[in-house]
Amino acid sequence: MRYLPLSPDDRAGMLAKIGVDHIDALFADIPSDRLLNHLPKLPLHKGEIDVERLMGRMASRNVSASSVPFFVGAGAYKHHVPATVDHLIQRSEFLTSYTPYQPEIAQGTLHYLFEFQTQVAALTGMDVANASMYDGSTGCGEAVLMAHRITKRNRAILSGGLHPHYADVVRTLSAMAEAECVTLAPDVLGHEDILSHIDSSVSCVVVQTPDFFGNLRDLRAIADKCHSNGALLIAVFTEVMSLGLITPPGEMGADIVVGEGQSIGNALNFGGPYVGLFATKSQYVRQMPGRLCGETVDADGTRGFVLTLSTREQHIRRDKATSNICTNSGLCTLAFTIHMSLLGQAGLKRVAEINHANAVMLADELNAIKGVSVLNQSFFNEFAVRLPGNAGHIVEQLAARHIMAGVPVSRLLPDAGLDDVLLVANTEVNSDDDRQAFVDALKEVL
Amino acid sequence: MLNRQGRPTTPGDALQSDHPTFTGNKALSQIEPLIFETGRLETTGVDYEAPKPFVARLGGFERKSEIGLPGLSEPEAMRHYVRLSQKNYGIDTGLFPLGSCTMKHNPRLNEKIARMPGFSDVHPLQPVATVQGALEVMHTLSHWLLELTGMDAVALSPKAGAHGELCGMMAIKAAIAAKGEAATRNVVLVPESAHGTNPATAALIHFVVKPVPVREDGTVDPAVVASLAGPDTAAIMLTNPNTCGLFEKDVVAIADVIHAAGGYFYADGANFNAIVGKARPGDLGVDAMHINLHKTFSTPHGGGGPGAGPVVLSELLAPFAPVPFVRHTEDGFELVESEAEAANHGAHAFGRMTAFHGQMGMYVRALSYMLSHGADGLRQASEDAVLNANYVRACLADLMSLPFGNRPCMHEVLFDDAWLKDTGVTTLDFAKAMIDEGYHPMTVYFPLVVHGAMLIEPTESESRVSLDLFIATLRDLAMAVKRGETERFTGAPYHAPVRRMDETRAARSPILKYTPPEPILQAAE
Repeated sequence: MRYLPLSPDDRAGMLAKIGVDHIDALFADIPSDRLLNHLPKLPLHKGEIDVERLMGRMASRNVSASSVPFFVGAGAYKHHVPATVDHLIQRSEFLTSYTPYQPEIAQGTLHYLFEFQTQVAALTGMDVANASMYDGSTGCGEAVLMAHRITKRNRAILSGGLHPHYADVVRTLSAMAEAECVTLAPDVLGHEDILSHIDSSVSCVVVQTPDFFGNLRDLRAIADKCHSNGALLIAVFTEVMSLGLITPPGEMGADIVVGEGQSIGNALNFGGPYVGLFATKSQYVRQMPGRLCGETVDADGTRGFVLTLSTREQHIRRDKATSNICTNSGLCTLAFTIHMSLLGQAGLKRVAEINHANAVMLADELNAIKGVSVLNQSFFNEFAVRLPGNAGHIVEQLAARHIMAGVPVSRLLPDAGLDDVLLVANTEVNSDDDRQAFVDALKEVL
Repeated sequence: MLNRQGRPTTPGDALQSDHPTFTGNKALSQIEPLIFETGRLETTGVDYEAPKPFVARLGGFERKSEIGLPGLSEPEAMRHYVRLSQKNYGIDTGLFPLGSCTMKHNPRLNEKIARMPGFSDVHPLQPVATVQGALEVMHTLSHWLLELTGMDAVALSPKAGAHGELCGMMAIKAAIAAKGEAATRNVVLVPESAHGTNPATAALIHFVVKPVPVREDGTVDPAVVASLAGPDTAAIMLTNPNTCGLFEKDVVAIADVIHAAGGYFYADGANFNAIVGKARPGDLGVDAMHINLHKTFSTPHGGGGPGAGPVVLSELLAPFAPVPFVRHTEDGFELVESEAEAANHGAHAFGRMTAFHGQMGMYVRALSYMLSHGADGLRQASEDAVLNANYVRACLADLMSLPFGNRPCMHEVLFDDAWLKDTGVTTLDFAKAMIDEGYHPMTVYFPLVVHGAMLIEPTESESRVSLDLFIATLRDLAMAVKRGETERFTGAPYHAPVRRMDETRAARSPILKYTPPEPILQAAE
């Protein structure tokens, strides 16, 4: 077996040194009637050729995003990632290292985490960011629990524009943590009256912008009302690239900003691994979940970085910790950091403009089709369209024509009465021809 | 789990280099600035054409402030991150004996396969007909996990070990609620030797954590569990093999005690690598157990993640598994994504752990690892992992102290600091001296049940030659301690890219991001 270096002679010699005559002597603490006396009923070992063939067969049964005009979003986005990014994250010293608990031989990881935290704070317009959560949705759940700790209340209000999976994650966690969670009705147009739900019993309000339906939301009035009632505003985003072009939540009064960072540096991966971004104001840093990297000096006075404020964390505080998170999204944060370092603010703004331009052009062309109407007043790279028929069926018809048209809202909100609404995203990766192919095919199937 | 007793250091200068360089660099060891100190705000390393003129539809939310993040050209970025990588220690660099972390070889075949466009370039919300291969991966992975654990169902979506714990404990909480006992059954028993994530997880969802003392031999006594268990017992969270490197020999009796009290048995599967193909948690009375794909099944640790923490469930808990899950029907694979849809299949899904379907990139790598090993290779890997740990134990037992006696361990061996008493050298000093010898330290100061713990997990990936050098090195260090060469330890590391870090200073006045000096701020405006 190519991964196991010990030879039969090695094993025999080592057993002799240990002083036992059979490997099972080392497993003697397992009750003898529970020790397996046969191999598991699974295939035997295989060489690389066979494994690659088997896995390749499964891969070939999936339609990859790059092989078709691709307009699917709803919280995960197809973007161009420079080749440099994937090369660098496969450097052994990044790929095969552990959480940097021994900072003297983990300055590579700690250094980029410090860069990552700086980038996330700048993008969101917040004071501090942590070293990542699993993804945007779990970060959102953690943010709500953090708000409960800070306000010592336990009632969260979720906007109807929050991604339905995020809302489900928060609802699940709230129910289990015995906290209250009020979810407003799905809000396609972004017109919900969230202010009337905010009073002094509320711990936090969770609002996404751009929201699930693509609308850009004004957070300022919500922030003001939250603050006058002693509540916190949690701002959520699922498309981090939007922050290259739009007002960051931190400038609109958000207290905690969480979101999905997949769009920068990370592939679609059928939903994971992704990277949760989590930022807040300085005064709340000791209530944050997750790891934090901080600057310090070594015994010679040389600048370096360490994990810090770990008295918040489970390995020190156990049942009093701010979260149970341990492993986070390490390598995905590296991909984010490298891609963001390549882009810089100039490149991010440019690619965000292209996204927006492509989405505007597509929206106008779709809106011109008889029976099709774009529902948004504002959007970044994704918007909702009403179709003259069931969006799910139309998506399947277009998929049969090798076009991935978008996400039927009913897939995530089956009971919302929005069966004719389709979410359409257009990023920098689709060409003018791709856009034209989508418009032409949609006209054909309608 | 490391560096808990970091203390102010007194640098020794006996071993310091006295050949300064003009740059401060030393050959391959380079001083590297932050990108914010070298990048330029107008620079970008990615070329895009400006879009044709268009009318923005941003509703008045155009960003007006500078982001303040400089960019790097591609050569600059390449060099910056390559240089950073050279300051890191990985499994590919050398032996990485971090106990309870299972730092085994990461096969590159798995990386290659995970990057096939059919896996990496697929969106989670594409029509299900266009992702049948992805669902087949999830289905096949589930089959392997269930066969290896002897359990009834698996929830794949948790994103890492602690998230898996949360998922398993939520299933338990849901099952208790379904029996109408939510108000009264709220205590979770957690042995003192448990990972910190266990009590943190239980507390997160409002269970009351009751610690279980560990008996003198490092294991949990079923009689003690029985004395703590009662009608308020929701569950026990037991790591097996435990963090002392020992198999809980009374695990079946403990399971019986908990079940008799009406509670559930949650097993922390962090140490599953010791028993794959040798014993099945399902045969030991386990109701729920997470599996760290990034430990046992070798998906790369990546400097702290991403991981994946699928949870296997017993027949009693299976109906409460969260969405989504995959079903295999005559027409192919389907994805059950909502609680209502789950109910149509007779399930009582407790909710959702995460957006989308979990860590597909990790599923692919883990399945590729399993297919490569096969049933025979997986069992051999566990046997070799246990053999290697016992070999280290047998070769060091005369010099270092074993808190529970010189008896067989599982895949990791635990020493304490009794042998360091009155030497002036602490566990932390010893660990830092290992860095100078080219090794990553073992896990230190964990588990908490022994003083100055040193937990060594060599994994099956080490050859005998590698182990012999490691053992010789530790013996040499141990004898240096006994000879009184204190400075070799208290000032260590001397040869790492940086000397010992001042962690107290970092925590006292935290600097958590780069702030440019004033003149640059003005230039940006």
